[in-house]
Parts: sequence; structure tokens; C-alpha cells
Amino acid sequence: MHTKTIAQLLDLLNKRECSSVELTQIFLDRIKRYDKSLNCFITLTEEMALAAAAVEDQKRAKGQHQFLSGIPIAHKDIFCTQGVKTSCGSKMLDNFISPYDATVVKNFKEAGTILLGKTNMDEFAMGSSNETSYYGPVRNPWDLKAVAGGSSGGSAAAVAASLSPGSTGTDTGGSIRQPAALCNVTGLKPTYGRVSRYGMVAFASSLDQGGPLAKTAEDCALMLQAMAGVDLKDSTSLDKPVPNYCATLNASLEGVRIGIPKEFFQAGLHPEVEASVQEAIKVLEKLGAKIKPISLPNTGLAVPTYYVIAPAEASSNLSRFDGVRFGYRCHEPKNLDDLYKRSRTEGFGAEVKRRILIGTYVLSAGYFDAYYIQAQKVRKLITNDFQEAFREVDIILGPTTPTPAFNLGEKSNDPVSMYLCDIYTINVNLAGLPALSMPGGFVNNRPTGLQLIGNYFEEAKLLNVAHQFQQITDWHAKTPTIFEESLS
Amino acid sequence: MSIEWETVIGLEIHVQLMTKTKLFSGAATEYGAAPNVQACGIDIGLPGVLPVLNEAALTMAIKFGLSIGANIAHKSVFARKNYFYPDLPKGYQISQFEHPIVQGGSILFDLEGGARKHVNITRAHLEEDAGKSLHEDFDGFSGIDLNRAGIPLIEIVSEPELRSAKEAVAYLKAIHTLVRYLEISDGNMQEGSFRCDANVSIRPKGEAKLGTRAEIKNVNSFRFVEKAINYEINRQIDILENNGTITQETRLYDANKDETRSMRTKEEANDYRYFPDPDLLPVIVEKEFIERVRTTLPELPREKAERFAKDYALSVYDANVLTSTRELADFFEATLKASNGSEAKLCANWVMGELLGALNKTSLDISNSPISAERLAKLVERMSDKTISGKIAKSIFDKLWTSTDSVDEIIEKDGLKQVTDNSAIEAIIDKVIAENPTQTQDYKSGKDKLFGFFVGQVMKASQGKANPDLVNELLKQKLS
Amino acid sequence: MPISQETIKYIAHLARLNIENTRDGDSIQADLNRIVAMVDQITATNTKGVDPIAHSLEAAERLRTDVVTETDQRDSLLALAPKAEAGLFLVPIVLE
Repeated sequence: MHTKTIAQLLDLLNKRECSSVELTQIFLDRIKRYDKSLNCFITLTEEMALAAAAVEDQKRAKGQHQFLSGIPIAHKDIFCTQGVKTSCGSKMLDNFISPYDATVVKNFKEAGTILLGKTNMDEFAMGSSNETSYYGPVRNPWDLKAVAGGSSGGSAAAVAASLSPGSTGTDTGGSIRQPAALCNVTGLKPTYGRVSRYGMVAFASSLDQGGPLAKTAEDCALMLQAMAGVDLKDSTSLDKPVPNYCATLNASLEGVRIGIPKEFFQAGLHPEVEASVQEAIKVLEKLGAKIKPISLPNTGLAVPTYYVIAPAEASSNLSRFDGVRFGYRCHEPKNLDDLYKRSRTEGFGAEVKRRILIGTYVLSAGYFDAYYIQAQKVRKLITNDFQEAFREVDIILGPTTPTPAFNLGEKSNDPVSMYLCDIYTINVNLAGLPALSMPGGFVNNRPTGLQLIGNYFEEAKLLNVAHQFQQITDWHAKTPTIFEESLS
Repeated sequence: MSIEWETVIGLEIHVQLMTKTKLFSGAATEYGAAPNVQACGIDIGLPGVLPVLNEAALTMAIKFGLSIGANIAHKSVFARKNYFYPDLPKGYQISQFEHPIVQGGSILFDLEGGARKHVNITRAHLEEDAGKSLHEDFDGFSGIDLNRAGIPLIEIVSEPELRSAKEAVAYLKAIHTLVRYLEISDGNMQEGSFRCDANVSIRPKGEAKLGTRAEIKNVNSFRFVEKAINYEINRQIDILENNGTITQETRLYDANKDETRSMRTKEEANDYRYFPDPDLLPVIVEKEFIERVRTTLPELPREKAERFAKDYALSVYDANVLTSTRELADFFEATLKASNGSEAKLCANWVMGELLGALNKTSLDISNSPISAERLAKLVERMSDKTISGKIAKSIFDKLWTSTDSVDEIIEKDGLKQVTDNSAIEAIIDKVIAENPTQTQDYKSGKDKLFGFFVGQVMKASQGKANPDLVNELLKQKLS
Repeated sequence: MPISQETIKYIAHLARLNIENTRDGDSIQADLNRIVAMVDQITATNTKGVDPIAHSLEAAERLRTDVVTETDQRDSLLALAPKAEAGLFLVPIVLE
């Protein structure tokens, strides 16, 4: 039951072959049994989940159900959930019980989903390995020595280990796609402005975007359907009609032009990851797609540009954590300055502090033009690269990450090498485009991901291509065997 | 050595806008609410909340811009001004920096003694207000009230073109009058809806370069602005004449001691790390929107004063007093209109004299005047048609203040109608002459000054009701 | 260009973080310098004539009508505060 997709579970619920309470219990039991070794969850909302599942079962009995009624999911602990701890992976918010629901959370409630719990993440979404979490790293279900990726590591690992059929994540520089790739799940970062950011604790406001992680592209389509749409509480959410993402999943790929950017296949790319992309190209050609070599000449500037813009915005976004109105406050502050400095120094972890310092530096007098303004200009160049490319192709294909999952602790002492893990994902955020990562094979039993990048608001096209790919491949259907002992 | 110094002043005026809700949240903005009941999640900067711009605040800023002939930016951008302070919940203030909504513009106003001054305005931008730190001691702690946090302000920045404290105050008053005319602010200085910082420097007369300036904060009345600036000018002259140097700093005006003093300098005072707020998109204002706002502009104080002077043949002084608030100007015009063709000057005198005097004495506002424009108009009309004299009118005015009777009822009841009957007045004059033979003799032998005595006696004998013009005329005849 | 210890102290104060009290003061400086060296790659890029962008999307701010939508939430919000009294958030005395 637990390995089924959301689409399959909906089918069972509709046929009354199982109830939401039963489903919810199955996943709660699995979490309790396996999460000690994985550490996917920061908070379990067991009682609330079972109560909500019972309500959804009643609604379904009366024919009043919504399109995702009764499906259990998990939210990344960056989404504010009313009455439930929302820690953002930080000691700073370890005691924070959100007084309100994020729009995404509200939308999922209205669609009838059941919240299993809140998933582990890099602190304030700053990290690519989940090792910066105050609650300890998430382990990769395929290899417990390996990282699950980050920052939505808990969400990706929970889906991979079938602890939750689907989960939400956020993606500022690859935080949905990279852990999806490392854990063998499908993850979608929508176009900037497609999904409301209201109630999503901000890391870098001009880059952050929430999206789904699930076993298949079809499940991502179902989840995106619940998430997407304009929100008057978020000025940056766009008022564009939301298409029916499932309706176009089966469209033919005949004649679809797929671009392969040469800059994604240079030094640093693991040869077997490259081989998996070449393999995928063949599959897509078989499906009728036309493959074209393209160039995104400024790809190499994406990581440095990102590490100006994201920390700059973060340094300001994280100023509200000052020990005054909510969150952590240091013990017996001597004065106001001490209150600020000790609360923030003790409440934030090392990576968060590094990024706040970098961000403060690039915005400070004398450096602003050289770094911040220059980064905004390079951001424009990177955006232009994509627009040039999309004149010739419909979709861009490449690897999601240069390598499969690395070992825990392997890169934690070298921030820059950690940052370079996101080399293929970061430029997408800078350009605000939608992109998806889907399973593409294994290297030494560790998964690798394929990244599809689309033009603005072309989520349906990405999901269509991924779904068609998943119809004739089975990488996405593989599950880590260590979590397959039967529960008695 | 005696250098002649020139004072250079620029003002930054913070005007709270009269919106129902905050600049970026739907929380209420009423003054005087219990602490923190008007501070919602957005105002306290909860994790995950986002700002959305209030249309009314934007409209009001545009209205102000149009009233000073400014350029309304097609595209303006909100930026974050980053600093830590307990009354600043997010650790940054959302303001406008490089691309303000109102750019340029100017204002013309009168100075004492009839001179006029024209001051250019650099810019006016929208920003959110901060909360308040309450300094009562809670066992070594201060309390923070965030009701004010997020209330919309426009900050109006003038060019450094003011040359004295008096000019600065006249400019401040002109802006104060303007924003109230526009109905974008209540201008209440006690409640902090109209606040001003003054940048003051001095330089030797003829010198083109500006001197080092001090910024005076926290001046909350017209009188204090003048005093604070004058104190500061003298302080700076003192320093320079003793070969000292002025430090650029922020100074606080202490009204109790009538002095400015240095605020503890914050090391990073000028490193606010402004950058465009990524939670907000650029504000695009289309021409049609601006034109729609333009149609809501009232007649501006300057235009109104000029019209009053021209159309009603009033002095510049009278016109300025009558147009100092929209309510007063409206009251005057309503009075004039209802007074059946009475002279504007007479109406103006009564509005500015008796009425404003009485309102002042009782600390009442023109909008709460116990005497309506219509009743005052009737009083003026009865003077114009000579039913009553000015003196009688004053006594009726006092009665109108406390009773609900009409002017005519009071005249009727108290028998105050002016005597215009020649024979009745002649009879009184004859009686007065008969009773004052000595004065009559003296007058006739050349003591002209005694004429006033006779007028007084006749008026007194008629209980003030005799028509003074007639009394004059008839007395002259009888005494010749 | 490398960041001096002085500059780090200055930006740490701007950001209200302590660095001198942590033993890894040196490693912070080393880490920041590695990041800055990486970031410095963009400074050499020719961006003449390129307009800086703050967002990838070209859209305008949506306006909110001026209607009160938020009612009194004081009690639930103050419940989150580390220290509150008499309807106020409390902080160590604020000196002017």
C-alpha cells in the first residue's frame, strides 16, 4: 500500500477499498518505525492527522470530498502551520508555534489532504545536504551514510522511503530538485510567482518558490494543482490562469524540441551521471522529441551571482529574528545589544551566520555596487541566456546535480564546494523558470537525477515530458529495500 | 573679526496619511488604541508574512505630488532600510530610496511682512512608520507597542533653501495647511501625525559650499521648530567663531531646557544597506490613474487665497487667515453667500474677529462653532441693512453663542432694532443738548473734540439703538 | 578582495552577531574569504549597458483596497513573545 502513488491511492479511496484513516495510520506507523534512522520528520502531527482523516472519510461518504481528500502528505517545516511548531530547522524557531497557516498549507487543507507532520530541512533552507539542520541531518534512504540533499532533504527522503506519499518543499537554488535527485523522487520547482510564498519562512524572497515532491510526475501534477494560483497576500504571486496539469500529461512528445546545454557537461560532472543523461536523451528521442545542442554561456556565473543575491536578501529577511517578539531569546540579556547579539549568535547555526555575514557585507557601504548591483546585472545576463535558448527549444534537459549523493560530513567543512553542488539548479532560480528533477538511474546504488527546465509557466509541459518518460522507464518506481520489511 | 553668517535649512517632514489601514497590512490605524491591538502578524514581522501595498496610501502620495506640481514617477520602487531597533519589528523599514513616487515640485508661501518665498521640494516618498518604545520601567525593561508600526507616512524632503527659523516655520505651516486641504493627513502634531526633522548648517555669507549640518530630530510644534533651529544656529556660530568645527550628527531638541543635544552616535548610522524589497514589485502608475487622482484635487490654499483677495477685495493678510484651513475658508464663503449681498470685508471681519476670537477662547474648532455660518450671515445682513449697529451686533453675537434663537428673534425680543426715525433721534439730541449747556457752549466756541462726547451721550440715551450715521448728521445740524 | 578582521567585526555588528566570543573567529574569516573569492568572479564580467534586475518577472505591484481585514490578535501574538507584560513586548531598557 505504502509504495503506491497518490494517483493510485486516490483510486483506492474512490473505490472505497481503503479509508483515509487506514492510509494515514499506515504512514504514521512507517514513520514511527523507520524515521529513527532517517530523521525525516521534525514534528509528527499524529492526532490531528487521524482526526482530519476521519473527517475526510465522512465527507467522502457524503460525496462532499475534494480532489485530494484523504491523501496524507508532509510539509517542509518552512511552511507555517497553525497550532503546529514551525521550526525552519533552526534553534531560533524551536519554540515557535505558528499562529497562522501558510497559503500553501491552507490550499492543501482545502483540497482535503491530511498532514502527517513537518519535515526536516537545512536551517532556514540554507544548505545542500540537510546537515545544517538544528535537528540533525536527514539520512539518504538509499544509503544511510549518504546525505539526502537539501534543503528539502526530509521531504525528499520521506517520499523515497514511502513515509509519505508526497510532500512539499521549497527551492531557492535547487532545494527541491537536488534532494529529489539524490533520493530518487520527482520534484518540481514552479515558475517564480506560480505558488504563493505567504507563510513560507523567507530565505531569499526573489528566488524562493514552493513546490511538490512525489514518486511520479503525475503525483506532482496533482499536488501542484492544489498549490498553484494567485494569492492576494503575496504581491509576487502572479494572476495567471492555472491549467489542469493532469489533462496534458499524456500529450505526445512528437516534435517537442529538447535543448542540451553544453555548459552542463563540462568538468566536474560525474561520467556515470553524464551517461544517465545520454541514456535519457535516447529515451526521449524514441518518444519523438527532437534533440538540439544549445548554449547557456553564463552558466558558470550562476553560483557566484547567487551567493551575492541570496545572502543579501537573507541577511535582511533574518533580521526579524531578534529575540523580541517570538523565537529564541538568550538567557538574561545584559542590555539591548546583548539581547540581539546573543539571541542571534546562539539561535542561528554556523551556515546561517556565514550567509548573514556575506549578505551584510555585499550590501554594506562601499561594496553594494561592486557586488549587489553587479550581481543583478549578471542575473539579467543569465535570464537572457535562457530566453535565447527558448527561441529554439521547448524544454532544456541536463543533469540535476554533478554527482550522486556524497557522504555525510564529506563537504561540511568546505562551504564553497558545497555551494558548487547546485551548479545546474541555481541559474534556474535566478531566471525564475520552472524546472523538474526526475529519477534517471543509479551510480553505485545511489540515485541520479535528470533535470528538465521549461519556459515561464510551462509547468504542464515539464510534467508532460516527465510523465511520458516515466511511462517507458522504471527508475522512479525503484524503492530502497531496507524499508520494505513488512509491518505486523 | 565679524563674519556675516548665512543659515541654510532643509526640512524633512513626516506626514502620517489618513488611511484606514496600514501601508502593507489590513490592520487598523486609529489613534489611541490599547497597545498592540492594532498590530497584526504582518506588522510584528512574523516569519513568512508578506506586505501588499495599500492603494489609498499610494493615491494620497500622488495627490500630494500633484498639489506641488511634482513629477509622479511612472515606476517607483520600495526599498528596505536595514537597522536594528526594538520598535522596528522586521529589522528593516520599508521605504523608498532611489525611486520615490513624488519627484521634484515646489511650494510658494507668504512670509511675515508681505514677502513671498518659493521652496523647491526634492522628493516625497512613501514609507512605513515605526512602533513606539515606552520608556516606563518594567523592572529594567522597556515596553514595545507596535500599533503605529506600518502606518503609512510620506516623507517630504525640501531643498536646503530656507534661510531662517522663521522661514522654516512658514514653510512647515504651508505644508501643514496643504496636507490638511488635501485631506491626506489630520496634521495632528501632538499625536505625531505631522513631524519634522531639520537639517541646519551655517556658512559665511557669499560662500557657495554648504557647511557641515546637524540634523535636529523630535520637534513636535511650530514654536519648538523655531526655537530649536535658532538655538542650533547660535550654537554653530559660537563654535565656528571660536575656531571649532561642527560635527555632522543627529541632535535632539529638549523643549524643557530649550537646547539641542547630541544623540549618542550610532557607529553604523549611515550604513542602512538599502536594497529593493524583493517582497514587493515595482509600483507602476499609469497616466490615467494620475489623471483620476487629479480630478479629486480640491482648490489649493494658495489658489484659494489669491481668489479671495481678488474676488472679495480682501487684503493678502485677510485672505491668508481665511484660507488657513479649508473649513474656515468654507465657513467664510458660506457666511458671505447667505448674507444677502453684504460686503465681503464685513463678513471677513466678523469671521476673523468675533468668531475666531470666541472659538479660540473656548478652544473650539470652526467645525464645532456654536454659531453656524447662516446665523452669522444673518447678523452681518442686519448690520448691512442697518437694522442694527455694530455695537448691538456684538451683544447679539454673545447671545447667539449660548442660545438657539435666531438673530431676528433676539432683535425682536430685546427690542434692539436700530432707530432710524429722524424725529425720534432729534428728540433725543434736543434733550442731550438741553442737559449739557456748558459742553454745548464750549463746542460752539471751537472745541471740536467735544463732538464725540455728544455722539456718545446720544447713543447712550438711545441704548445704542440710534443709527450712528443719522446721529452724526443730525447732531451736526443741531449744533451748528 | 579579502575581508579584513576589522571589516568582519564591523559587518558582524551590523548584523548583530557575535564573532569575537567564538573560538572559530579565524575559521569565519577563512570561510568568508573563500566565499568572497568565489563571488569575485562576477566582478570581472562585462555588464556594460545591462539593466540590473531585482526579480525575474516583469510585473507590477498589485494594490490592496483600504479595508480593515485584521482584527485584534494581541493575545495570541503576545503569547509567542519571550517576555511580555501589560500588552507590551518587553526588551531591556531602550536608551535614547
